[in-house]
Amino acid sequence: MKLEGKVWKYGDNIDTDVIIPARYLVTTDPKTLAQHCMEDIDQGFAQSVQPGDIIVGGSNFGCGSSREHAPISIKGAGVSCIVAESFARIFFRNAINIGLPILESVEAARAAQKGDTLSIDLVAGTITNQRTGQTYQANPYPPFVLAIINAGGLVPYTRNVLGIKITG
Amino acid sequence: MGKTLAEKIIAAHAEDVTEVSAGDLVTVRTDVVMANDVTAPIAIQSFQAMGVEEVYDPNRVMLVPSHFAPNKDIKSAEQTRTLTLFAEEQALDHRFQVGRAGIEHVVLPERGLVLPGDLIVGGDSHTCTYGAVGAFATGMGSTDIGFAMATGKTWLKVPETMKFVYHGERRPYVYGKDMILRTIGEIGVDGALYRSMEFTGPAISALSMSERFTMANMVIEAGGKCGFLPFDDTTQAYVEARATRPYTPFYADDDATYISIHEFDLSEMEPQIACPYSPDNVHPISQVKPEKIDQVFIGSCTNGRFEDLAIVADILQRTGREFSPDVRVMIIPGSQAVYLDVLRQGWIELFTMAGGAVSVSTCGPCLGGHMGVLAADEVCVSTSNRNFRGRMGHRDARVFLANPAVAAASAIMGRLAHPDEL
Ligand code: SF4
Repeated sequence: MKLEGKVWKYGDNIDTDVIIPARYLVTTDPKTLAQHCMEDIDQGFAQSVQPGDIIVGGSNFGCGSSREHAPISIKGAGVSCIVAESFARIFFRNAINIGLPILESVEAARAAQKGDTLSIDLVAGTITNQRTGQTYQANPYPPFVLAIINAGGLVPYTRNVLGIKITG
Repeated sequence: MGKTLAEKIIAAHAEDVTEVSAGDLVTVRTDVVMANDVTAPIAIQSFQAMGVEEVYDPNRVMLVPSHFAPNKDIKSAEQTRTLTLFAEEQALDHRFQVGRAGIEHVVLPERGLVLPGDLIVGGDSHTCTYGAVGAFATGMGSTDIGFAMATGKTWLKVPETMKFVYHGERRPYVYGKDMILRTIGEIGVDGALYRSMEFTGPAISALSMSERFTMANMVIEAGGKCGFLPFDDTTQAYVEARATRPYTPFYADDDATYISIHEFDLSEMEPQIACPYSPDNVHPISQVKPEKIDQVFIGSCTNGRFEDLAIVADILQRTGREFSPDVRVMIIPGSQAVYLDVLRQGWIELFTMAGGAVSVSTCGPCLGGHMGVLAADEVCVSTSNRNFRGRMGHRDARVFLANPAVAAASAIMGRLAHPDEL
């Protein structure tokens, strides 16, 4: 699967409270959450983000609260992928589970600037920065995680697993 | 080769294998699956979308409305109703109604529902709190929780472990809160990313259970997956009085493999403050400008237990002072059981006479939910665990994290203050 989009660049330790503040956690609707995505760190984001855009973060992206509303709001805003130097543990699982692609690459994340266009090949795990022409290899997923991604998230994955149990 | 606590407890719950080492990916059985009023609605949606009809064990799935409890508006009321209806439909054994419960991480241990040697997953990042009783407990998102509710299983990567050793006699007004703040200040908010944290040493043995909960609670503030306080006489006395089922304590091997060992000498340590906007922006109180404050919040799953409120009561009683009339002082017991204990001590009257606002148990202000949200540029001293931008209200509000004694002294002085100043 290939993606292409413009970069929104953020720093280290972007926490889930700034991705989606708790005052909006009274809903689970992706579109409503998307209207407030990144509000406390970048007030222009929700208005200007375009479908397919890519968020690039530093280290420990998505730290803090376990709220799945954080990746849901990002996915709801139309973001196609997050590239970061590293992800906080719970955020990493949540993004994979809801089918929001995320890639870890220190070099790609550091080199990207706001407004750059990245081309991403999710199967190969490669990230190309069109401004510089550089291509980077993202860290590979563990096999189990890959199985969830290939199924389209944890819900369809579980349906498959339970389905096998029922018929087998 | 010796094993860490994480390795031992995961191995005891693993499917197909009897021994695990850091780095292994394993499927494990869960003893308790927990979610709250923010995370359970999505977990229930995922559970239903998975096509599952019944939870794996109605005795082990626990849904605790705490964040916006008592419901602050119609939307939060609807979220809580989702939990209530699901609990009824699934005939869950344990219910956590407002007036009978409180914050999940205070309530579950005090009711003896989370026990030594357990493997627990919770739809809340502070699920790591249960490491204080020697459980492997970790926070996950809602879809993972939906999966665990359905199957009684989850997948984990066995974490590497960092060991933290504390020596020395603590000075007055230095608590477990200061030890964990200092630790996070040293290693940073990603210092324990994906790892387990084992806290040991003579100074740990001297800690009360409440301080141990405080330390385990903030493991996630260093990015940790789980944390452990050693199982000893203090733990045993606490757990024995409450346990709802048999349990097995685990002990780390002396020759276990640690990725790093960090030593702390507490003898010279002052109370610690985490300054805006990060829990790792930690300084000794003498190095922090004593600025004027608008609000003090004493409560949360970090410092909302009986012993925490006893510290506040003691300061008020010994000094005979009251809170500054210029400061809004919110005091929120972490559970209704704590509330009742505090009431019986006469402290609700004490706090109220001093000018404090005491409320029913809730997370409330800790996450900027309700019961004391901050306006732009307001300054708050809080005993909770996070001071990110916007965490307790407006993005330009500023939160200083502190222990309950510093919070009480600051509430009295109307500015950030060391209790010795009183
Ligand atoms: S008190 Fe605060 S940190 Fe604890 S569970 Fe509630 S919102 Fe989370």
